[in-house]
Amino acid sequence: MANVRLIARLDIKGPDLIKGVQLEGWRKVGRPAEFARRYYEEGADELLYMDVVASLYNRNNLTDIVAETAREIFIPLCVGGGVRSVEDADKLLRAGADKVAVNTAATKRPELISELSRRFGSQAVVLSIEAKGAGPGRWEARTDNGREATGLDVVAWARRGAELGAGEILVTAVDRDGTFRGLDLDLVAAVSAAVTIPVIAGGGFGAPEHLAEAVLKAGADAVAIARALHHQRTTLAQVRVRGLAQGLNLRRL
Amino acid sequence: MSARVAIVDYGLGNLFSVCQAVARCGAEPELTAEPGRVRAAGRLILPGVGAFADGMAGLRARGLDAAVRAAAAAGRPLLGICLGMQMLFAESEEFGRHQGLGLIPGRVVAIPPSGADGKPHKIPHIGWNGLIPAGGRSGWEGTPLRALAPATAVYFVHSFVADPAEPADRLAECDYDGLRLTAAVGRGNVVGLQFHPERSGPAGLAVIAAFLDGGAGDG
Repeated sequence: MANVRLIARLDIKGPDLIKGVQLEGWRKVGRPAEFARRYYEEGADELLYMDVVASLYNRNNLTDIVAETAREIFIPLCVGGGVRSVEDADKLLRAGADKVAVNTAATKRPELISELSRRFGSQAVVLSIEAKGAGPGRWEARTDNGREATGLDVVAWARRGAELGAGEILVTAVDRDGTFRGLDLDLVAAVSAAVTIPVIAGGGFGAPEHLAEAVLKAGADAVAIARALHHQRTTLAQVRVRGLAQGLNLRRL
Repeated sequence: MSARVAIVDYGLGNLFSVCQAVARCGAEPELTAEPGRVRAAGRLILPGVGAFADGMAGLRARGLDAAVRAAAAAGRPLLGICLGMQMLFAESEEFGRHQGLGLIPGRVVAIPPSGADGKPHKIPHIGWNGLIPAGGRSGWEGTPLRALAPATAVYFVHSFVADPAEPADRLAECDYDGLRLTAAVGRGNVVGLQFHPERSGPAGLAVIAAFLDGGAGDG
């Protein structure tokens, strides 16, 4: 089995770390760099920064926060939100990000994925998909925090993204986000079966047990955890210890 | 420790995090694309992310391939990271056959598409994996890995892997679905790391600090 990654996800609006329920109703949680440092010290395998309003306002303002973070945090950092071009990605990578996540712009212009992976390598390109239930065993890709429909089938879009050169798929269950009910295992399993690149499962993580089911039942290669960490419902250490006890291949600290 | 460390900039990859990690370890990183600065540096880091052919083309276009070879021949400590490690080898099979720097005998090949159990696995190999002493070693005394205990996990992201011709050049391996992948190599003053020490938390910083602290023969 490949090694499983625990990814701390920080949703950012302006200078603040925020967290909403089902990708709506944002609340401020604190300063991103402080939380990032805490998660680094607690053993996060990776950090994910998402500018949640960037695509609404056609901007990307994460560069400063990324540069500040990269000065003191020595684990991989993925940054998304408002990446529309090779230039946008270049700015973030130069500021210290290791990968960029694309969503809205890629749904409008899928070749962006190829442009990014040709220029920076597929390891630097994550296709982020917000998945909204659309009937039994079917999900539609959404953008703008689940609000905007794209008409794209999630599984087909994931497969297409991988073919275009994405190095990883981040799939977030819009209906589960911030609910702590656990990840959408059917969704993650469907995406994981469709691609040969790593799949990061997000949306709904609420308890340490949710890791093993996402990995063993749904084939997730990594989980993205946000609100459960910000509100200290669980810690990365608890998730890691529980996962190791359940026989998962996780980094031992 | 020699304070000035040349970070070879050949136009590929995120060099910011390597520079930050070197600075955190108390040394002074100098990002340079000038062959003269590379030849004169007390210590060199050859970083890089991307395709082998692009990396070598970037080095050659700036005359940096000869400069890196000259510095290595003069006994300066040289650390290759990820693509920078793969370019230390004689050749690579990534998208065709390409010549490398030839500082370490061997070649770079694709990670096999399935594990030891014959089942397909994910490529690239992304994530944290434990280091296993290799090349007949039981530990890493006298190498930049010396501060690490066996099984310490570090961060990998790669689709190709080095296959050193001389078993003694293997410093460390990792286990990926039952396959042993080369994780670190060393030959005299030349050391290569497949993993990213600048992205491997405190363990990675300890490797960089040990490289910065080591003598020319360290490795």
